[in-house]
Amino acid sequence: MSVQAGTVHALVGENGAGKSTVMKILYGMQRPDSGEILVNGTAVHFKNPNDAIAASIGMVHQHFMLADNFTVLENIILGSEPKKGMSIDFVAARAKVVAMAEQYGLEIDPDILVEELGVGQRQRVEILKVLYRGARILIFDEPTAVLVPQEVDDLFSALEGLRAQGMAIIFISHKLDEVLRVADDVTVVRAGSTVAEVKSKDVTARQLAELMVGSELPQPSTHGVTRRDQITLALNDVSIPTSTGSRDLISHISFDLHAGEVVGIAGVEGNGQAELVEAILGLRDYTGSISFNNASIDHMSVAHRHDLGIGFIPEDRQRQALMMDSPLWENRILGHQRSAPVMRGFILDKKATIADTARIMEEFDVRAPGPQTLATALSGGNQQKFIVGREMSKAPALLVASHPTRGVDVGAQGAIWEELRRARENGMAIVLISADLEELIGMSDRLLVMLRGVITAELDPAKTTPEQLGSAMTGAA
Amino acid sequence: MKKLKLSTFLLAIAAPLAAAVVSIIISSLAVLATKKSPMDAYRTMWDFGTTSASLMQMLNTATPYYIAAIAIAITFRAGLFNIGVEGQLRLGAMFGAYFGAMFALPPVFHIIAIMLIAMTIGGLWAAIAGYLKVKRGVSEVISTIMLNSLAGGFSSYLLANHFADLTTASNNLSTKEIPASGQFPNLMPLLNKLGVEDQPGGGVYGMLIFAIALGIIFWFVINRTRFGFELRASGANPIAARVSGVNSKRMTFVALALSGAIAGLAGLPAVLGDTHAFNMGFRTGIGFSAIAVALLGRNNAVGMAISALLFGFLEVSSRSLELIDIAPETYVIMQGSILLSSVIAYEVVRRYKITLQSKELAKAVQA
Repeated sequence: MSVQAGTVHALVGENGAGKSTVMKILYGMQRPDSGEILVNGTAVHFKNPNDAIAASIGMVHQHFMLADNFTVLENIILGSEPKKGMSIDFVAARAKVVAMAEQYGLEIDPDILVEELGVGQRQRVEILKVLYRGARILIFDEPTAVLVPQEVDDLFSALEGLRAQGMAIIFISHKLDEVLRVADDVTVVRAGSTVAEVKSKDVTARQLAELMVGSELPQPSTHGVTRRDQITLALNDVSIPTSTGSRDLISHISFDLHAGEVVGIAGVEGNGQAELVEAILGLRDYTGSISFNNASIDHMSVAHRHDLGIGFIPEDRQRQALMMDSPLWENRILGHQRSAPVMRGFILDKKATIADTARIMEEFDVRAPGPQTLATALSGGNQQKFIVGREMSKAPALLVASHPTRGVDVGAQGAIWEELRRARENGMAIVLISADLEELIGMSDRLLVMLRGVITAELDPAKTTPEQLGSAMTGAA
Repeated sequence: MKKLKLSTFLLAIAAPLAAAVVSIIISSLAVLATKKSPMDAYRTMWDFGTTSASLMQMLNTATPYYIAAIAIAITFRAGLFNIGVEGQLRLGAMFGAYFGAMFALPPVFHIIAIMLIAMTIGGLWAAIAGYLKVKRGVSEVISTIMLNSLAGGFSSYLLANHFADLTTASNNLSTKEIPASGQFPNLMPLLNKLGVEDQPGGGVYGMLIFAIALGIIFWFVINRTRFGFELRASGANPIAARVSGVNSKRMTFVALALSGAIAGLAGLPAVLGDTHAFNMGFRTGIGFSAIAVALLGRNNAVGMAISALLFGFLEVSSRSLELIDIAPETYVIMQGSILLSSVIAYEVVRRYKITLQSKELAKAVQA
């Protein structure tokens, strides 16, 4: 693979196909067994990321590495502060950062605290941080996974700017339409080797995807109506007031969800979807009432609701669903520590848990050496398949799936959709929250649009295009 | 497969081994700095430390360390840090001794009653920090440190003004003696039967047996029960634990109170086994050394037992250094360097393990 200055080169492939490994080698976090890396024609050997930075390679991580309680400026210079005697030369740093931001079209207020920034702006800080260290080769690890469409557009115009300045950009993604929009060249990897190198103008998203998985593509779709009479979940006038008394986080939400039905919640992130999920799960206080299988659950704890049969696939798996430094079998217990097969009475049944973990890994195609593997060693897609398998194993009556396929590859995405389809046919009620509009339209029986904490529209997915849904989400329609 | 097991084993011993080597180097440099021979120092310590009398004292020193370390490990495992063990064990021992001398019960019940009093007091003292953390968001690190100071002053005041037995003429303020039914039997008679001869220094505290039992219970509860799992989950990822149904506030409170209750027992080996009263000579610093014991032992029942014994050995055997004109405080340097190098070594091994697993994973995926 070779990347030219002034181009955007995309690296695509399924999770576990070797994308991250290539990047780790490029960034000095891992050493290659054989082969060599040339930067501007000279062979380089990186022992650690500092060597890579010295060779003007910079990495923008998928998970931001910023200190929340520092300002933008402090974050950018952190680790390579300009000194004036014993103290940090903030004046010089600020001048440099402001000039840089202007040059590359990445305007941002350097004095605002990072914790006050949205995701898109945090990413901007990450990019500036890398540029500040003099990078000419920029690696973006799934930069759009956490962004909403508007922010993606901003990012892409920033990438245009960087390309125009003669930077070489390596763009890792599995969102193929984005790849085609932004990249000049595309390298496709599968199972650790390069399977194709193409110009982006010569291929379609479909062709690329098929190269990636080596077979036909999965589609988000459901067949027929499996909706039953039984109302599994009913929300009646649910609101979450804020402590400060300003606008409610969610306001007067009411809807019924039947068994065997999927309701999709559409909305630009930060419009109350996360709070709605927390209310259903009992993680947050609310007014109004929620009932499950016709009985009120308002006064029940998180654990009680879980045990009644409410499963949860959270949006941020590493933060909300996994103990990263623990083996998979211990992660199997999480959320299921009150029932078989994990428990025999109050005693943890280690053997049965390990056996059941192996079953999940087998059935859900979790690619890892075994139940003893630490969760942190798995790729994002495999972590997610494991979580889906864990939540499905007790066959909950209601599944709250928050961005179930975010940041996972096409193969895992297809597998997760297939699981959801099968569960729906078996009568599971599903609340689906997603930023992927095609997924929402394809998988849902009904769409509710949330804007500023209020349900503003109900749409029939069969008669809705992503464009229509998108404008409904922003309140334009 | 066999190769894998061997590498797992090597990984497991790599960290303690590396830590031992580094700490020996550092300690040797410290001894060399005083222009003495490190070899002499180690030989003297070994010769003195391995005598029967020293070994018994080592056990007596290690027993309270171990109990206190378990108390601290409970909070470490839950992602908390109880620095207040020193104060909790002091108050627990004092109240246990004071009330224990006020009544008489059949032998075993008397001891149990004293232990329950000590646990209640230690637990309540730590629960203050738990309450402040849950209700007011006060860091337990800060509040337990401050509660230590309070416990020190409070116990001195109570002893001097209310608890001391003024009927005996002595310079050493002390509570009344606990009657024989409340004294924990010494292990010496048992050891005599096994052919060990009496030694100066008073034999081996019977609480050693209790400490071993406590270690086993600790292991079982942490690793094999739902409570233990939820405690560890709260430490490993508090947000995920909450999502999984753990009541995080209750867990924080319970972990701190339980830690304090166990800590309340750590002062009893000497009180019930030797002095049979709480007096001004009550040993200080157990709660702080126990932090190091818990860290070195990785909050693991067996690991902490080994590190408690190691600390006990160093402390007792280093007394002999005076004989060859080396400051016995050298053992503080030894303790410190062992702790520091082991924390670093374990972290290095942990990172290496993750890299190794990632590689294994890459192989598994390609296969």
